[in-house]
Amino acid sequence: MSKPKVAFFDFACCEGCQLQVANIGEPLIDVLDIVQVVEFREVMSEKWDGEFDVAFVEGSITDEHAVERVKKIRERSKILVALGSCATIGGVNGMKNSFQLEEVGKYVYGESYKFFPTIHTKAVHQVVKVDYFVNGCPIYQSEFLTVLKCILQGIPYYVPEYPVCVECKLNENVCMYDRGLTCMGPVTKAGCNSWCINNGNICYGCRGLTINPNTEGFKEVLKKYNIPEDFLMKKIEMYNKCKELDRS
Amino acid sequence: MSKNISINVNYLTRVEGHGNIVVEVKDGKLEVCRLEIVESPRFFEAFLRGRSIYEAPHITCRICGICSCGHTLASIQAAEDALEIKPTEQTTLLRKLLLHYEQLDSHILHIYLLVAPDLVGVPSFVPLIKSNPDVVRRALRMKRLCNELCDILVGRHVHPISAVIGGFTKLPNLSDLEEMHKRLLELKHDVEVTVELFSKLTFPEFERDTEYLALVNDEDEYPLLYGDIGSTDGYRVSKYEYKNVVNEFVVPYASAKRTKWHRDSYAVGALARFNLNHEKLHPKAKQAANVLNLKPKCINPYFNTVAQIVECVHCVEDAIRIVELLWQRGINYDEIVIPDINELGKLPQRAGEGVGAVEVPRGLLIHHYECDERGILRNANCVIPTNQNTHNIELDMLKLVPEIITQSQEEITLALEMLVRAYDPCISCSVHMVKINFK
Repeated sequence: MSKPKVAFFDFACCEGCQLQVANIGEPLIDVLDIVQVVEFREVMSEKWDGEFDVAFVEGSITDEHAVERVKKIRERSKILVALGSCATIGGVNGMKNSFQLEEVGKYVYGESYKFFPTIHTKAVHQVVKVDYFVNGCPIYQSEFLTVLKCILQGIPYYVPEYPVCVECKLNENVCMYDRGLTCMGPVTKAGCNSWCINNGNICYGCRGLTINPNTEGFKEVLKKYNIPEDFLMKKIEMYNKCKELDRS
Repeated sequence: MSKNISINVNYLTRVEGHGNIVVEVKDGKLEVCRLEIVESPRFFEAFLRGRSIYEAPHITCRICGICSCGHTLASIQAAEDALEIKPTEQTTLLRKLLLHYEQLDSHILHIYLLVAPDLVGVPSFVPLIKSNPDVVRRALRMKRLCNELCDILVGRHVHPISAVIGGFTKLPNLSDLEEMHKRLLELKHDVEVTVELFSKLTFPEFERDTEYLALVNDEDEYPLLYGDIGSTDGYRVSKYEYKNVVNEFVVPYASAKRTKWHRDSYAVGALARFNLNHEKLHPKAKQAANVLNLKPKCINPYFNTVAQIVECVHCVEDAIRIVELLWQRGINYDEIVIPDINELGKLPQRAGEGVGAVEVPRGLLIHHYECDERGILRNANCVIPTNQNTHNIELDMLKLVPEIITQSQEEITLALEMLVRAYDPCISCSVHMVKINFK
């Protein structure tokens, strides 16, 4: 059996998720034994014009050129994987959607803003069909390898539906709310092993909201700790602003 | 000589981000020569407005995955400057350590995975797995080691977790220091072998005199985390005057924001730092510079990679010194910072303006913030190293092409690609870069 042909593509993002893949280090050599990486612009000059068995797409879609490009990649790919927050939920790039596009352009580029045509930031699945999601900003390497194994075995990967709090409790962290902080853990999809809280920081919600967040319960938590709801909304906007496009 | 050449490298590979090289030669005359940046802008500076200044490091480190610790440190410096927070000595030491880890990580990626394939004539590191397995294994091992060092110190390298305004949300314990020390010694060995390996490889010969810019200060230490802005043309100004240094301007064919100070262009990065501060390098790094035949003022841009190798020696030696010093002094755990975006008003807040200037792997990085009395950002500006280098790269190309015009189109293309790669451009972080409308 020939090795599955794998490619990596990047759209508007920091390319940190590709870097997380490159950062896996020596075990990558073993992965390269079972798949053939045919395009990975960040580290390879090789290009490929055939069909991809698996295409990893990183970054969010922020202009018409990107819309066309991702559609073409979709046509050429059997399986398309959204890699990282920018691709799965729009990521921090989505914060742009809180402003008028013209105003944002003028702020950064002055009158030259017309040279930078931009559209509302979109996650990849808001433009083309996505088969697998690897959440996180950046992606969590062990989750990436799990998803890769699922893809190669032809089975689905289920993103955990429970919140980060579940993993955080298992890691025996002191709850951030008990430390007087507002944390996005209760409404954020798990799967990162509560990475940030383990390192003393709060959860910023980079993996996106849980599918069915317990908003009423969460409001009670906020009330208990005397935290105004609008502060929380501002926090949700950092990563989840693109979600509004689903409703429009 | 009459010769027609048309080079159009669409999506330059083995760089961070998207760039094109366009060269047109007609009847032996160079007509078009430019580096186009086709990265989709992300408008960070615009959407930072309205967010808490305490969130700025978390957001702006997402400008670039590869210099994410450097962006964090520049952002923290700018915010602390605005909020009038002075870091403790321990915090400064740990920040220097973090910056060393990132310089090492980024330089190693560039030296081995991005540049080395060109020097041995292959399109990527993949064919080298078979032909030079030891070299590939070493490169990946070194990369992994740097990542693990960042993991121990700040939780991870891509978007560090524990480095925040005011200090760190967790501090290394004794076994962390021991672990970092052990890994640094392993890395030191691999860096020494790297110096030896690259002393045997040949870099292209090409020279163009230009102005080099880097942080300078009056201390004995090779300046990376703070200082004034210095130039090889003999100028020195405070970081607050950065706008007079970068003098952003527009080129007619691209409307790109570019920079110049006293000449038509200037360069930042490892070579600029070496040219300005070589005397302050660790003795072992000076030795490595000798072995690699790198002498100030070096005006061969391809030698930026060599300067990176020399910096690797410096960073690994200085990192070992810092870890040993911390070990000796012991860590003060009372300094652990509790993170917050200040919604409850517990943290210092005041209206203010601040500038952060840090040497990241690709050169001078500046963050500039202005916040209101509630700590909400009113204005933000980021000046990125690649942005500062673009015009210099293009002027290099303009001088280089006529010098090698008798070579084949493929050879010229490779020489140009290698030239751009030598600057280690990180185009994805170029929040100011232009999008070209293709005709």
